[in-house]
Amino acid sequence: MEMIKKIFNKSSLLVPLVSILLGLLVGALAMLAGGYDPLLAYGSLFKRVFGSSYHMGETIRAITPLIFTGLAVAFAFRTGLFNIGVEGQFIMGMTGATLIGVLLDLPWYLHGPLAILTGALFGGLWAGLVGYLKAKRGVNEVISSIMLNWTALYLANYIVTKFLLEPGQQKSRNVHESALMSIDWLVQLMDKARMHWGTFVALACVLVFYILLWRTKQGYELRAVGHNPDAALYAGMNVNRTIVKSMFISGVFAGLGGVFEILGVFGNQTVLAASVGYGFDGIAVALLGGNTPIGVLLGAVLFGGLSYGSNGMSFGAGVPSEIVRIVIGSVIFFVAAHGIVKFILKPLKLKRSDKSKEAA
Amino acid sequence: MEVLGQLINITMVFSTALIFAALGGMFSERSGVVNIGLEGLMVSGAFAAAVATDYATQYGMGGMSPWIGMLAGLIYGVLISLLHAVATVTFKSDQTVVGVVINILALGSAIYFTRSLYEGSAQTGQLVEVFHKQAIPFLSKIPIIGEGFFRAYPPTYIAIVLVVVSYFVLFKTPFGLRLRAVGEHPSSADTVGISVAKYRYIGVMLSGALAGLGGATIALTTTSNFAHNTISGQGFIALAALIFGKWNPLGLAGAALFFGMAQALRNFAQLFDMASQIPTEVFYMLPYVLTLIVLAGAVGRSSAPAALGQPYDPGRR
Repeated sequence: MEMIKKIFNKSSLLVPLVSILLGLLVGALAMLAGGYDPLLAYGSLFKRVFGSSYHMGETIRAITPLIFTGLAVAFAFRTGLFNIGVEGQFIMGMTGATLIGVLLDLPWYLHGPLAILTGALFGGLWAGLVGYLKAKRGVNEVISSIMLNWTALYLANYIVTKFLLEPGQQKSRNVHESALMSIDWLVQLMDKARMHWGTFVALACVLVFYILLWRTKQGYELRAVGHNPDAALYAGMNVNRTIVKSMFISGVFAGLGGVFEILGVFGNQTVLAASVGYGFDGIAVALLGGNTPIGVLLGAVLFGGLSYGSNGMSFGAGVPSEIVRIVIGSVIFFVAAHGIVKFILKPLKLKRSDKSKEAA
Repeated sequence: MEVLGQLINITMVFSTALIFAALGGMFSERSGVVNIGLEGLMVSGAFAAAVATDYATQYGMGGMSPWIGMLAGLIYGVLISLLHAVATVTFKSDQTVVGVVINILALGSAIYFTRSLYEGSAQTGQLVEVFHKQAIPFLSKIPIIGEGFFRAYPPTYIAIVLVVVSYFVLFKTPFGLRLRAVGEHPSSADTVGISVAKYRYIGVMLSGALAGLGGATIALTTTSNFAHNTISGQGFIALAALIFGKWNPLGLAGAALFFGMAQALRNFAQLFDMASQIPTEVFYMLPYVLTLIVLAGAVGRSSAPAALGQPYDPGRR
């Protein structure tokens, strides 16, 4: 309960909420500048998300990877690390799952779990490398993970084209049925929306995130290192090992996100021309959610809903769907530069305190 | 041997944009502001350049159009970088996060406005007036070197001049000394009366101007339009070149040339037996992996400006 109180206290909620409003406002201004009707556009976004069971299911499908990547970014943040490499770890997770799913042929009770574990491990190790470079070599994790993002992109493309390619196409062969993670009865229920177990795993991960960080000794160490590495070292904690551990767990979250995009949604891996973007959106989700598990969940719902609903905007109001990137970008801009939000709110607050003085 | 000249020639084409953007990143980071928004600034430059060139051509500017495009790329890059400066210098936000935001916003808004300007198409029309390679008299007649270096697009010559100018500005002028002081030890700089905020603003805006020019160069030489994939990672390669070149104009230019050659080699993979054995992905990965190796200390330590990434707060010691 205290957790929930902490999350929903006024000051921690004010900045994200005002940022969301300002972000939507910036989006509306951009729409006016482009000669579109913002109200119609936001209306058709809303209609798309809640319009039919198929679209609601697909919205949940779009939210799921953002929960994973948001948790990944937030977990590393808690240990004082900025994991901008979630993008690459996500791709490695995809690749691990595809490798096992395509190349092996096992009974379903082995195949699925093995594919999931391999993908999670790929993501974890890819992030662990960043942690290792930071702990042992003092390499800034931001720079090394940017470099590893692009390395992962091209490495994944190499693996797909060299070992897994569907002849004549720019994607891998299909994952064997035994490894797929879609939930058939739910797919039928939601009018063929691509529902899969990943959503439930993501929700479980929200819980795991909380328990790991706030209910275990290791989690205490992770947070202690995040607050003050010097003090943690003085208290006898192994800071270097904690850094590697934190990055590994963060990477596992990211990898799982990639795993379920393959096993739950697409069933094969395309040769990527550019990064998938879920990792960078994960940064947005984590920031908006204040690096708390519930906050990440809410942030993922918002940004996932916006992203999926943006198709409805271009369909219903003729607004290019990229407008949502402007909205999301502006929201994080205001969350990150909360000084600006407070600056905007200042006159409002002053007025209010003036009034209270007068009343007194 | 003719092939070698062509390889150098194409290397120069790919390297030019990297040199511009890496120089931009250098001014920002030397002043103490991390700029991972280079990619977004390049996108902005490419977008503005393509649109401005297209409109200039329509209004009958002819051969002047690409130059107007370059200017537009520069100005728009500065405008976008101002967002970065306001958030990180004035409001002391996390520089890395703001860099990520710049990347998201720049790409999103560029494609959004492209779609609104070009009736829903995610790319500008094919540009009629773009830069053409200019041979320098006499020098271009030298075997290999002439073909390699002296038959280049005009921006390439500008980039090379800028490397030398930047070196001079950074190490031989009071401005450069102050910029470096602000990035190494802002409180000392403040004590002797240098405005930390002013120099950081200048550093970030220079990064916008130069990365904007870099993006414009790509739109006006290699792709001849702007689309969502016009800039795909060049900003991050420029960042890699900046680190690989140890935040030094000459070093980063060398790194940019090397990474440019890695890109150019892909086009020549069929011609060299050795290169054809290597998967193309290796060439794509090369800049990033090499930078990691350098960072890990295998090839000498890389030393960033001391105050890089820290917002300056005069009230704190």
